Amino acid sequence: MKGFIYLPGVATLELDQDICVGCGICSGVCPHLILEMHGPKAAIRNRDECMECGACALNCPVKAITVDAGVGCASGMINRWLAGFNIRFRRDDSCC
Amino acid sequence: MQTDAGPVAVIHGSLTAADILGAWKARWGIGRMSYIVPPGLYAIGEPDRDAPVLVTANYKMSYDLVRREMRNRNVWLLVLETYGINVWCAAGKGTFGTGEVVRRVESSGLSHIVRHRRLILPVMGAAGVKAIEVKKRSGFEVVFATLRIEDLPAYLDNGMQAAREMRELTFSFRERLVLTPIEIIDGMKSCLFAGLPLSLLAGFSTGVFSIARFLTALLLYLVAVLSGTVLTPLLLPLLPGRMFSVKGAAAGAVCSLACISILDGVTTVGRLDGAAALLVMTVVSAFYAMNFTGSTPYTSPSGVRREMQRSLPVMAGAVFADLIVIVTGMFLS
Repeated sequence: MKGFIYLPGVATLELDQDICVGCGICSGVCPHLILEMHGPKAAIRNRDECMECGACALNCPVKAITVDAGVGCASGMINRWLAGFNIRFRRDDSCC
Repeated sequence: MQTDAGPVAVIHGSLTAADILGAWKARWGIGRMSYIVPPGLYAIGEPDRDAPVLVTANYKMSYDLVRREMRNRNVWLLVLETYGINVWCAAGKGTFGTGEVVRRVESSGLSHIVRHRRLILPVMGAAGVKAIEVKKRSGFEVVFATLRIEDLPAYLDNGMQAAREMRELTFSFRERLVLTPIEIIDGMKSCLFAGLPLSLLAGFSTGVFSIARFLTALLLYLVAVLSGTVLTPLLLPLLPGRMFSVKGAAAGAVCSLACISILDGVTTVGRLDGAAALLVMTVVSAFYAMNFTGSTPYTSPSGVRREMQRSLPVMAGAVFADLIVIVTGMFLS
């Protein structure tokens, strides 16, 4: 995304070009335009820009894309971590 | 209006003062989780059997934005049950998902109302909706149109072709600004269990309780919360570091140094007091800045996990060091 890039070398996005059938759906759903068509196959332009929303992997008809998708929210992670210790806060005002 | 599948509610594109006030309240977290409209099919204008079908969430702010952009047009609006959550977050949770699209198409009798078999979804919905499966299960083709509702009119007028910039996320100053009120509200709630006890401790740190010291400490805590929840999001691209906690720590440290120098003009700030204020304010600002990762459109869960693994131990260490500084100050006085 223009002007913004988060931590490098952590995104879990993977594309298996041997499986890819070149339908182009992934390039239409990626909100950071990371997946591009290079001839008959899709290609990852810059993995570090991936926010792991999972739209490409979900919509790929042949499962050529994998990504460990989830909610990238620190408070959500802290709450889940605390819940592991059976500490819970009432968070009815949280969005994600 | 009457259709072959029964009556469909007609809605208007113009927003009233109540709608605008409602959106403002939701931004400030007032009744945000019950700001909803009933799911189902709506008619905007006088749509016919060939009119496009748009799909959105039942968060009233999402629904309002769509109908505002679709004023003076004739379209169908299919509202999914996302329990009052916006499209992106609901897609992440799976409520703006394949199953709900298929269910809502069936329950609304859409196939009897329109002749075509095409649904227009926001791009952010793709994280929850598998287009080929919707097609298989409902017969309707899913088209992911644009990211922003504001681009929808141009998309429709342009023969349903999205220009590159309509499909690429941005995070402008204005887009960051509208997110800050809810961050402030959440940050202020922490005053109860973190800001108040720390300020009480600071108030007692000279042996007898000093109301001036207590109020000063509380004020500094509030400044630190604002540094993490407002200043850091607004200055995001200008602050140093990739990690939000680093950006927030930088903003918090600058704010605390500014506050200390102002206070030093009014009264003499002891070295230990100054060190305690600098530590607390840096950590509080860093923590709330880290929290903002949940509100941006470019932070990956893997990145947030990595950031937390690195930052939380440092923050915990700083809080511990701070308590030592305050308690040492008590004994010295």
